Amino acid sequence: MNKLHRYFLKRLFYSIFVLIGLSIVIFVIARVVPGDPARMALGPRAPQFAVDALREEMHLNNNLPTQYFYWVKGVATGDLGKSLVTKRNVTEDIKEFLPATLELVALSAVFVIMFSILFGALAARHKDKWIDSLIRVMAYTGVAMPSFVLAVLFLLFFGYIWPVIPVLGRLSAGLYAPPTFTGLYTIDSLLVGDLEVFWDALKHLLLPALALAVGPLFQEARIVRSSMTDNMTKDYLASAVAFGMPDRVVMGKYLLKPSMIPAVSVMGLDIAAMMGNAFLVEVIFNWPGISRFGMEAMLHKDLNAISAVIVVFGLIFVLVNILVDLIVAYLDPRIRLGGGV
Amino acid sequence: MDAKIQRTEIIVPSPAARLKEGFRKNWYKFSRNKLSIAGLVIVLSIIVVAILAPYVAPYPKHAGKFVDYVNANQGPSAAHFFGTDNFGRDVLSRIIFAFRGALLMGIMVLAIAVPVGVFFGLLAGYYQGSFLDTFIMRITDIFLSVPPLLLALAIAAVLEPNLTNAMIAVTVMWWPWYTRLVYGMATSLKNEYFVTSAELVGAGRFHILFREILPNCLSPIFTKMALDVGWVILIGASLSFVGLGEQPPTPALGQMVSDGTRYMPDLWWMTVYPSLAIAVIILGFNMLGDGIRDMMSKGEHDRG
Repeated sequence: MNKLHRYFLKRLFYSIFVLIGLSIVIFVIARVVPGDPARMALGPRAPQFAVDALREEMHLNNNLPTQYFYWVKGVATGDLGKSLVTKRNVTEDIKEFLPATLELVALSAVFVIMFSILFGALAARHKDKWIDSLIRVMAYTGVAMPSFVLAVLFLLFFGYIWPVIPVLGRLSAGLYAPPTFTGLYTIDSLLVGDLEVFWDALKHLLLPALALAVGPLFQEARIVRSSMTDNMTKDYLASAVAFGMPDRVVMGKYLLKPSMIPAVSVMGLDIAAMMGNAFLVEVIFNWPGISRFGMEAMLHKDLNAISAVIVVFGLIFVLVNILVDLIVAYLDPRIRLGGGV
Repeated sequence: MDAKIQRTEIIVPSPAARLKEGFRKNWYKFSRNKLSIAGLVIVLSIIVVAILAPYVAPYPKHAGKFVDYVNANQGPSAAHFFGTDNFGRDVLSRIIFAFRGALLMGIMVLAIAVPVGVFFGLLAGYYQGSFLDTFIMRITDIFLSVPPLLLALAIAAVLEPNLTNAMIAVTVMWWPWYTRLVYGMATSLKNEYFVTSAELVGAGRFHILFREILPNCLSPIFTKMALDVGWVILIGASLSFVGLGEQPPTPALGQMVSDGTRYMPDLWWMTVYPSLAIAVIILGFNMLGDGIRDMMSKGEHDRG
């Protein structure tokens, strides 16, 4: 077993620990809320004996560690408790709503990666020229625009003033959702070869994904630019040029690849920002994802649903971070080959 | 002929002159980028306007419980630059008062989160490898394992919705970043000679942590703080957008945008101007933060 494998095993082990810790934190937050969860679940007019029965069923009469044990036991067997909003098991809600959010965040991540490299490389290549300045001004504005503000402005502009792109929901009225394989409409519709649904689903995705992507995109573009301009003056690049390598190889392989490392390293944080902002953006675009579900749960103090949503997001975030580490290890030979870092 | 006199003058500059020289150098580094100066101007104007809100806002009464249906739903005009909302309140005045909450959020959250985070970071870093280190850093990991906005939303949602609780929620998710930042620096600084020699002469832990290690961490801490103000205000605006911040009738920027969406597109000014106000305040703090980063960094720094 080489150094890299051991490193990832250690990461995985820590991640499990972190998730357990997170579940404790969430559990405590959900239980210190003033008010009786059983009373909140049944409403103010429910008879007392019904509340007492539900308290017994939810193990609320036991002490906190015992309650936590029952909750974790439920989570491990896929039973996350009942949601107050949808009146069914939260596990089913998550199965239904998660794919829409994954589709949205995935497309935003694609936007971030594509355009940050494009803008960053353009700005670095034309350093201190007008393109560089233009991209810098765009970056300042883009980073200062919260996703929800962009989303609202998109809604105003494309919803009322220039309605060329649909702004609400996942599909237009009259179209039916494709059969569920992955739950991602764009992929499912391609699998059954329904191009009309695919095109419509993609158009619906565009604006929310863009609203999520703009901030991280420009932040990444600035990182790509500054690490590229830093690396431009390195000796190894001068020697690559001196060997007479074509410009494209020098730029694409010798300059861009190592310059990607700092950008990829913060990608985990950007995904986190996008997942957080999805909570507002999904509400604005009426996107039926887990974030909108979570937002409703929060506003109704639906504790089971809130805990479940946070644990799911924690899990996704931990996985994303491990993925990011893998990509960095692939890009950085010092890590990949197990040399000293 | 009086070369000797001149030389003595150069060798011993007065403390006042040294201070002036340091300030001049920092100002040079800061002002080399015109965006930093623009940021400084934006931030200072917003602060002044917010402090003097009752005197500079055209309709100070409109920031509270105020209804004037005769003048409701008016577009931008000379009397109301940014129009009036559905209750007839002047949007510009409400934005000016909303800046107060936004600034208060930015200041209070960092004022609490930074000392807490720095303290734990110093402690964990200095006692690296001990139980204390593991304990603090694993807790930090837990807090950093959820998207920040999500955790803030969840905490604010289970508490009563108001500005204080929104600030508490953001503070709870903000301190771990400083713990991690300081931890990294403290673990390397504790092996420096000045720390080991302080240990050798028997300096107390308090002295080593706060007088030896902390002063050497200050520059990155201040840089991060300067860059963070904009983010805190952004998260605060996001919370108030979903109704988890300042409650009506007191205005808040996110809350105003959210109210405006219900009257789109006819009363577009109710949405657009508060949106722009959010962008401008964050833009100002980000540009100022970049300038301070350039000032704190040693040597040349590319603007990126």
